[in-house]
Amino acid sequence: MDQSLKTTCLHDEHVALGAKMSPFAGFDMPIQYSGIINEHNAVRTAVGMFDVSHMGEIFIDGPDAEKFVNHIFTGDVRGLLPGHILYGMMCYPDGGTVDDLLVYKEFESGFLLVVNAANIEKDYEWILAQVPGHEVEVFNDSESWGQIALQGPKAEDALIRYFDIEELRDLEFYTFYDLEDEEGGRIIVSRTGYTGEDGFEIYASPDNIKDMWEAFLEDGVVPCGLGCRDTLRFEAGLPLYGDELSPEISPVMAGLSMFCKLDKPEFIGKDALAAQKAEGVARKLVGIELKDNAIPRAGYPVELEDGTVVGVVTTGYHSISLDKSLCFALVESAYAALGTPLFVRIRKHVFPGEVIKKRFYKTNYKK
Amino acid sequence: MSKVIEGLLYSESHEWVKVEDGIAVIGVSDYAQSEMGDITYVDLPSEGDEVAAGEEFGALESVKASSELYCPVSGVVEEVNSELEAAPEKVNEDPYGAWIIKVRMSDAAELDALMDAAAYSKITE
Repeated sequence: MDQSLKTTCLHDEHVALGAKMSPFAGFDMPIQYSGIINEHNAVRTAVGMFDVSHMGEIFIDGPDAEKFVNHIFTGDVRGLLPGHILYGMMCYPDGGTVDDLLVYKEFESGFLLVVNAANIEKDYEWILAQVPGHEVEVFNDSESWGQIALQGPKAEDALIRYFDIEELRDLEFYTFYDLEDEEGGRIIVSRTGYTGEDGFEIYASPDNIKDMWEAFLEDGVVPCGLGCRDTLRFEAGLPLYGDELSPEISPVMAGLSMFCKLDKPEFIGKDALAAQKAEGVARKLVGIELKDNAIPRAGYPVELEDGTVVGVVTTGYHSISLDKSLCFALVESAYAALGTPLFVRIRKHVFPGEVIKKRFYKTNYKK
Repeated sequence: MSKVIEGLLYSESHEWVKVEDGIAVIGVSDYAQSEMGDITYVDLPSEGDEVAAGEEFGALESVKASSELYCPVSGVVEEVNSELEAAPEKVNEDPYGAWIIKVRMSDAAELDALMDAAAYSKITE
């Protein structure tokens, strides 16, 4: 292993389980244990768990916390109830995406921002740079927290067996509870995830996370790697920062306008996003279904029948749950309408397909 | 530890070759299939295609990635294993049974550049 890579608190467990390890976002992370297809199906039909301790936790508190978060975040946190969570983005003034993130409204005061591992430093610096003029404290506490995502239709039962707290069943989608361990350490349990299934994300100290991982393993929860995390989020139509969102790909281009509250008085990027929405964008993210089993991969060109290149694949798979070759692609807006015939060039051949909705798989969130 | 079969020849890009009467039967090694994980699609050439040693003749696709297949010898594709179109997982289950193409060789001397089982075992250790 490359010594410059960081490790999560569960690294020894991954190695002991024989996981295939690979660098991701500066961490040595498990890509798969038993196999991507098996792990994917475990999450769709039973329960799987992911080590997502690499994700970042940034706390924002102080008298201006609400005003400040509303300034840097595309969602509207005014009136957000304690224990509730919003998904949204941070944008640059030109509408490009700094990151996509979850914002947790804390019970006492302030907010927790959960950001992508690859962006922790960038986000933290970006947030600090916006502070002048606001009375807030910003604290990057990412190193203190481990995180497990427990996902699948049987996630609730596994969670209750571990914590033995029946009330956890009542957690609604995009809400969280605070729990305490025996020493008074904080454990956050939220009904969120990145798979299209019901499930939970649990934040706790590295010691608690290790204990949980061992207990879930003994309980029969299937350990799942980043390989199936990507196939699952892809089928559920969820973007991955770096592929479907980036400084060049705004939330409006990615079809995520619903998370940009343009009726807020102001936020960074608002004017640019409003203009993109009003005037239209040059390129839009679409879903494409191919009429063949060949697999479109990131970077492959999207073409018209006459060979004109009109876009590029951002993520593609032969979908495990749907048994179809599918991809997300960023295409010129004139070709983004549902039903538009498009072609993907895969090595020496061109395969026909058509634009379909990006949410390929019918999600099973508990609402 | 991946399996290497005696009597086959191997390329550095992890294809194996079995020679039968001037025909090179070509597949991928156990090491290659285990590195790739679950194979979900095999992109095959057409029968009659000309192939050249060291050039791409098709690809294996796992869930996560696509891996090009390189032809260890030059010649003409005599037969392709079309069973793999419907059952690509056979490459994982039986890499030395699931041949991919058969090539009528134009230059048998190219076989000298390939490794035997002992040499190949060393590079996959």
